[in-house]
Order: sequence, then C-alpha cells, then structure tokens
Amino acid sequence: MSFSTEEIRRYGRHLIMPEVGLEGQRRLKEAKVLVVGVGGLGSPVSLYLASAGVGEIGLLDFDEVDETNLQRQVIFTTPDVGRKKVEVARERLLRLNPHITVKTHDTQITSENALNIIRNYDIVVDATDNFPTRYLLNDATVLLKKPLVYGSIFRFDGQASVFYAGKGPCYRCLYPEPPPPGLVPSCAEGGVLGVLPGIVGSLQASEVLKLIIGIGEPLIGRLLLVDALSMSFKELRISRDRNCPVCGDKPTIKELIDYEQFCGVRTSGEALDATRNTVTPLELKKLIDSGEDIQLIDVREPVEWEICRIPGAKLLPLGQLTSRLHEIDQTKKVIVYCHSGQRSALAVKLLRDLGLTNTYNLAGGIDAYAEQVDSSIPRY
Amino acid sequence: MKVVIQIPSALRALTGNLYKVEVEAESVGEALTALIDRYPSLSRYIFDEQQRLRSFVNIFVNDTDIKTLNGLDTRLKDSDRLLILPAISGGRAL
Ligand SMILES: [Zn+2]
Repeated sequence: MSFSTEEIRRYGRHLIMPEVGLEGQRRLKEAKVLVVGVGGLGSPVSLYLASAGVGEIGLLDFDEVDETNLQRQVIFTTPDVGRKKVEVARERLLRLNPHITVKTHDTQITSENALNIIRNYDIVVDATDNFPTRYLLNDATVLLKKPLVYGSIFRFDGQASVFYAGKGPCYRCLYPEPPPPGLVPSCAEGGVLGVLPGIVGSLQASEVLKLIIGIGEPLIGRLLLVDALSMSFKELRISRDRNCPVCGDKPTIKELIDYEQFCGVRTSGEALDATRNTVTPLELKKLIDSGEDIQLIDVREPVEWEICRIPGAKLLPLGQLTSRLHEIDQTKKVIVYCHSGQRSALAVKLLRDLGLTNTYNLAGGIDAYAEQVDSSIPRY
Repeated sequence: MKVVIQIPSALRALTGNLYKVEVEAESVGEALTALIDRYPSLSRYIFDEQQRLRSFVNIFVNDTDIKTLNGLDTRLKDSDRLLILPAISGGRAL
C-alpha cells in the first residue's frame, strides 16, 4: 500500500515520529475499525480516527440527530437535527479526510447481526449508551478474539479500558451482571458534563491508534477512571476472572444470548410491576381535570424541578423518599413521576413494598406528559 | 480503624451529595455496613438479599480490587481508602 503526495503531506506530523513513520501510517491505512454508537463518545472517536488516516471506519447507529445531542456530540451541527446520525457523520468524516472509506450501519446491533458485522473489522470501539449493547459487544468481541476499546461516562465520571480476550480481562470479568433497569441512573436521567465524552472518547481514540500501530502500553488489564470535577485520573488494575462466563476457563456463554432479557429490560419482576401499576399522561390529565384528590409526587432532583414541574406536584427526591415518607398522605391515591418514568418506577416499587398500595407510576414521566398533554412544559 | 469511603457520582444523591464519607471499621464489610447505617437507601445498591456484594458493583481498597484480596472480609488499616465503583452507562435510558 502506497501513499499519494497529498497523503504524505497530510500525515507529515505522524510520519516524522519514529514510533509511527511510514510503516505505522501504512498500518493505520490498512486498519478497519467499527465505532458502535455515534454519540458523545463516538463523535471524538470517529473524528480522530478519520483525521489520523484509519483506512476504513464503520459507523453503527440507528438514531437521528436531535437538539439534546448538540451539547456534547461535536460531530453534528444545528442544521443536522432530524437527519440520520450515520449519514451526517459519514459526510463529515469524508470532508475531513477524503482518503478514507466510511461504511455506515444504520441499524441496531443485535445478537443476530453482531458477529457478521464485527467479523469484518480489526477493532471495535464501545461508544454505546446502554447495558444490553455493552454486554453484546463484549461477548461478541470475546468470541471473535478482537479488542474492544471501552469507554463509559456519567455526570462527571468517566471510565476507559481495553478488553482483549487472551491478553486480559473482559467487561464481564469486571461487572458480571448489569444493574437492574432504573437502579443506577443513566445520563438521560442523571446528566453528563458536555466535555466529558470529549475527554474519554479521545482516550479511546488514542488506544485504537496504539493498538493498530503496535506501540506503547495499551489499557489492557487497567481501568482508567476520570473525575472531571476534581480533574483527577486514577488507574486501577483489573484482572481476568477464571470463572468469567464468557472468557473464563470453562465458559458457559459460547454464542450470543438475548441481551435485553439478560439486562432485565423486558422480563424482570421490577419491570413487570412497573407496567402494571402505571397511569398514562392522558389518564393523569383526566384525574386532575375531574378534581379527584390525588397526591402527585415528583422524585427528580431539585435542579430538574427548577427546569419544570407538573402543577400541584410535591418534590421528594428519590434518595430522600424513605426518610421523608411521613410527608406523603397515605389516604390519597399517590401518583409518582420523574423525567422518563424509570426512577419513579423504582419509587413506586419502594412505596408499595412499604405498604402504600394505592401508588402509581406516570408512564414516560414528565417528558411524556409535556409531549402529550401540556406543551407549555419545557422538555430537556 | 478510621477509613475513608469515596462515593461515585452515580450514588451521591443518596449521601446528600457527599463525596467522601469517613467511617470506623475493621473490615471492608464492616465499613460498608457502617456507611449503610448512615445512608440506608444505599443498601440496595451495594448488597443483595443474601448480603453479598451486588454483581454490578466493585470495591477497591487503596486501588486494589477486593476480589483479589479477601473480599468483604479484607482487613483494613487506619486511613485506608475505599472506592465504590458501580457499572455506569451513558446516554439514553435502558
Ligand atoms: Zn471475562
């Protein structure tokens, strides 16, 4: 594989470093990297891989750009809202570097298609935002013996590592099982500092480049923690678990499983309870309009309460629910809401366990209520 | 022994936004129990019904995973640092 004079000039700052040189740049050009998730992490990862000259970049995402993405997903601009993420990103990467190939996978990665998609790439970047996909990517890369460059973010905290079966631990060695849905908040519920995915995604991109060129010490067997609030980095040693179900000595997972079920998204008892004891936004509006004496409890955080609230609600953040139980009037029908309905589902379970059996969850939270009932409530 | 437990941002809402909590304890299990005594709502995030550490949480003592030490029975020294590290996942809700 040779380089044109334009490419030599473009990659000059790489070529003059002995650790990279023409040979390293040739490896970059021959490499194929799949970025799963074109969002906060996927933006800086794909931009840096493209500018560095990674020959083939695969982009996988089924979503469209929306306004709430622009606070951190730097590959998109305001006019892109409403367009397919992979299409916008592909155009942007090819404008940045016309010497590369960009393949788009406008789909959700599933147990059915994962192995066939991943098989064509050398390295997979985990830039996803949910546990089912994270475990799916882990198991698929272990089965195919490909490195998985991992990044994860929440509020001010970030994690990065390289999982590489045969050379170090996998994600399941670190976390054998995911938290039940709603127990640990997601960014949609908990927020994320806009620049944090920029930091963690850049770490992932540099690990990808090192793995391709074969230089330095990759983050295999090490978990890097980033705390943007104190701006401190911490490195933890992590080791392979010999009893790991997928990369251990006697693996029990030898093919891909149903990850939605594994992560309890569809069939957990908590999720079933949650669907049984719900009211829809329209049902809540009818209850309010009919003048029925209900108690509306908002379990979000005070900062979210400042942004918007449903008239007549009382703020009782989830973390204070048990200690402030006496503030709930147990004689009335209690309806609990949060932003999207997950924290409130947990609150309803908690309250019902404590004997408040006349308690219901507002399905879809204040976000669904704003969408379907009251457009004067701002959505965030 | 006086030890310091570092609370991750995912769980800080349950400790009144406290970033570090100091407790008296002889072992990791005791330290976590002392923390939960003070903040009972943390319990379901750390222990399951059988009082085992939940599988989506790791505990590190001075940056070493307690899985490679003595688990919850790991003995503590004065001013040891405990870190609670739950699995995190960004973006959209599950
Ligand atoms: Zn493993």
